[in-house]
Order: sequence, then C-alpha cells, then structure tokens
Amino acid sequence: MSVISASQLDLTFETNDGPVQALSDVSLNIEKGDFVSFIGPSGCGKTTFLRVIAALEQPTGGEVLVNGMTPDEARRARAYGYVFQAAGLYPWRTIEKNIKLPLEIMGYSAKDQKDRVNHVLQLVDLEGFGKKFPWQLSGGMQQRASIARALAFDADILLMDEPFGALDEIVRDRLNEELLKLWARTEKTIGFVTHSIPEAVYLSTKIVVMSPRPGRITDVIESNLPRERPLDIRDTPEFLALAHRVREGLREGHAYDE
Amino acid sequence: MSAIDANPPCAFCLRMRAISMAVLPVLVVVGVIVAIWYGGAYLMNRWVTLDTAERRGVEMTFEEVFADTMAQERPRLPAPHQVAVELWNTTAGEEIFRERRGELRPNPRSLFFHAYQTLAPTLLGFVIGSLAGLMLAIGIVHNRAMDLSVMPWAIASQTIPILAVAPIVIVVLNAVGLTGMVPKSLISAYLSFFPVVVGMVKGLRSPGAMDLDLLRTYSASQPETLFKLRLPASVPFLFASLKVGIAAALVGTIVAELPTGARFGLGARLLTGSYYGQTIQIWSALFMAAICAACLVAILGLVERATLRRMGLDR
Repeated sequence: MSVISASQLDLTFETNDGPVQALSDVSLNIEKGDFVSFIGPSGCGKTTFLRVIAALEQPTGGEVLVNGMTPDEARRARAYGYVFQAAGLYPWRTIEKNIKLPLEIMGYSAKDQKDRVNHVLQLVDLEGFGKKFPWQLSGGMQQRASIARALAFDADILLMDEPFGALDEIVRDRLNEELLKLWARTEKTIGFVTHSIPEAVYLSTKIVVMSPRPGRITDVIESNLPRERPLDIRDTPEFLALAHRVREGLREGHAYDE
Repeated sequence: MSAIDANPPCAFCLRMRAISMAVLPVLVVVGVIVAIWYGGAYLMNRWVTLDTAERRGVEMTFEEVFADTMAQERPRLPAPHQVAVELWNTTAGEEIFRERRGELRPNPRSLFFHAYQTLAPTLLGFVIGSLAGLMLAIGIVHNRAMDLSVMPWAIASQTIPILAVAPIVIVVLNAVGLTGMVPKSLISAYLSFFPVVVGMVKGLRSPGAMDLDLLRTYSASQPETLFKLRLPASVPFLFASLKVGIAAALVGTIVAELPTGARFGLGARLLTGSYYGQTIQIWSALFMAAICAACLVAILGLVERATLRRMGLDR
C-alpha cells in the first residue's frame, strides 16, 4: 500500500481576480521510503500539493490518502512532520525549547522530551547549541534546527517546502548531503518541494515535474542513481541525463514561456 | 589637535567625554525651557507688579520689577525656583506622618501623602484596566462577533469626555455603597484599558501565517496556540501599550478627584489650588504628577527590559 496516494486532485482558489486552478487532475502514488521531489516554476501547485497532503489546504475535488487515512486523520495520528521555507523558529524559545514545541503539544513526558531533543540535535549535527536562541545561529543552522523539530516526534513522513531555498549554494550542498544521510538513517518517506533541478536530481528517488496554469503533473521520473550519493555524483553522465530529462519535462510544460 | 593626536586620551577622559556627550543635549534643552519659563514668568507677572507700584505711586527700576515678578505670592505664572522650593518644602520639609490626638496620622500637608492617595487608585485601576483590555483583546482575536462589535464601542468610549463621565460614575457608585479608592480606580481603568486593547489585538495577530500553520500541523488547540504563540509574540506590544495605559490611568485618577470634592490626592491639590489662586501649589502638584508618571513608565521600562532579555528578544 502506498504511503501517500492522490487521485484526480483538483483545487481551485477563489480570488478577487476570479478562480485560480492551483491543482488539476493530480494523481500520484508515493511508496514507503521514497524521496520524492516536486519541481516546477512558481504557480505550478507544488507547494499547494504538499499543503493538501498536510491538510493545510482542502482540495475541491478528488481524494488524497495518507497511510490510508484522510490528511486530517493522518495529522492527528502524527503521520508527518512539516518543514517550511523559512526555519520558523519561535524567537523567544531556545533551540531546545523550539524542538520541544511539538512534544509539549503532543503531551510527551518531560524526560522523553529531553531524550528526544538530544537525539534529534545529534541527528542534525547541532549538539551543544540547544541553549542558544535562534538569532545566535546562522541561517543554515536554523534550518537544521527546524528539521530537528520536524523529526522530534515519530512521524514517518517528512514534508519539506523549499527548506533550503533561502540559503546560499555552498550551505545548500552541505545540507543536501546531510539530508540524504539522515534519510538513509531514519528510513523516512520524504516529500520535497524545490525549484532547483540539480537539487531535485541529487536528492530524489522520484522526481515529479509540474507545470502551471493549471497546476498539473507533466512527468514522473524514477531515478536510477544509487541510494548512496556523494556530491560528485553530479558530474556523472547518469546524473546529467536525468537533469536533462527534467529540463525537457519542464520545457514541455511550457515552464520556460513567460 | 596635534597634542591630542600625539598622546592617546586616557580611558577616564574618554568616559567623561562620552557621558558629557549624552548629557549635554538634555541639559541644553532643559536650560532653554527654564529660560523661556523665566521670561514668561516675567512677562505675565509684570502687570501686577506695575499696577501695584502705580497705585502706591512709586517708581520702580527694571531690576526691582524683575525681582518682584520672581517672588509674588500668587503669580500668574510662578517662576521655576518658586515651584522647586514649594516642591521641596511639601516633600522633604514635611513629615509624612504626624502625631495627632495621640495617634500617628498621615500629614495632609505632605505632597507624598497626596501622591500616595492618587497612586494607589492609579495602580489598582491600571491592573483592572490592563486585565480587562487583555481579556477583550483575546476575545476580539478569537471571536468574529466580538471583533465586529467590541472595537467600535471601545473607540466610542474614549471619545466621551472623561470629565463629564467621572462625576456620574462616582455618584452612581456612591449610591450603591462603593466609596473611596474603587470609584477612582474604575475611572482610571476606563482610560487605561483602551491602549491595551488596541496594542494587544495587534500583538496577538502579529504571528505570521507560517507560525500558525506550524501549530496546525501539530493539531494544536486554540488555547495552545494562544499560550505558545500569540501571547509570547505579543509581549513587545504589551509593554508599549502598558506604558501608554499607566500614564492614562494616572490622568484618570486625577480627573476623578476633580469634580468629586476629594480632599486628598494630587487632583484635590490642583482643585484647592485653583479655588484659592495658589498657582504655586497647582504647579507643584502638576510636577509631582509628572514625576509620578515618569517613575511609573520608567519602572515598566525596566520590567520590559528584564522580560525581553529573559525571552531572548532584546537584540
């Protein structure tokens, strides 16, 4: 059974300038342990699709199931952690307390909270920074802390909405590498929104190419790269072929016409 | 220039220079105000001096006229040093408590006693007003009906002249047996709740869509969202409102003392001063009120700094 399965999803936003079709006939299955990237230009519905999975938006048509449940039920069952574009750490909480935020709300015991904080701080390589306030950390460290927060409770799905979009390329490369290691260690299913072709190809087992007006899926590419991926895999012919195919998919969807 | 360049200035000199750079502008402004004040006192009090001299048929030199305008018993505008002397005499120069018929009673000639009479209801009113303002703001943010209905009333309440409402409130409360501090407090609460409502509605709504979405992904309840996100996020707004609110509360108490024939309190001092033309007493009461307000706001400022530092928001 698929972890996430969407069939014929439609979502139309009513705006002042008339209806906008953010998602049109979107069908997709994501299997356990997949690393799925959603790539496309802005307005293609990739973030909207992620938000539908997380029950932050209600589709106007079609159906999406998460672990066989509706997104709302899945949320209450703590099926997923969500990482936003910005780190979104609360500035009045230390890193430690920020990571405890979901744990407090979900009612974990004080001791359990502490153990989990230590565990995830180690996972994202931020040991010793627990007592710091967010502004005392660099942008990349803040984003790692926000990933730690999403990992703190045992969600087996991680939804990430352009988490590294605001970071410079050098930091981004490092975090991509770390994210792959984390994914290998935790065996989570990851949904990852990006608008960077190399990032999508480097990270994913499955690349979903999307197009705007209306937001729809134009291609689903299964990656043949090995699971173990050093950074220089990006210079191999296999990698470049995949990147080429993604670019072709984007062009077919008229993503480059403006 | 070259002498300074040759020898690096000592640390003490640098510090003294830094202090004087900070203090000098303040002193200049105060000096200008005092100078204008003296000028105004001379111009406004001159006529009384000249009239008296004319009736007595004496010629006065400029120096004599100036000296007289600075020392009248009931000047139109008392000179700064007259107010300062009155302030000194009624505070440091008077016992706060004195022996009366074998008992230790508060001394009504002490300005500290009057300040206390005003400050106590001010603080009570401030607490009542701030809590009411906070509750209303929480209601407005969480309930659409309250959002639409409460704000217009809150604004309307502040357009009513408090001087007109105060006697009504005092009389009505007296009729139901409430006297003393509580009626005064309610009027100061009436003035201090408004800035708290306005500031806190803005503060509670300050978290962005992403901050709220984050809590939604945790299925957080409304109270959890309030306590873990909205209230902490609104703390800087809260202190800004409280500072306005506490000054308004002091004004409220003083106004509440005016039309009600209160015998004690800074408002009462203002009123009796104006009955008997004691301008010096009026001015010293005004200054006492201003000093009280400044102290209250300064204390709130210290609490604010300590709180924000603890919350890591004091960058």
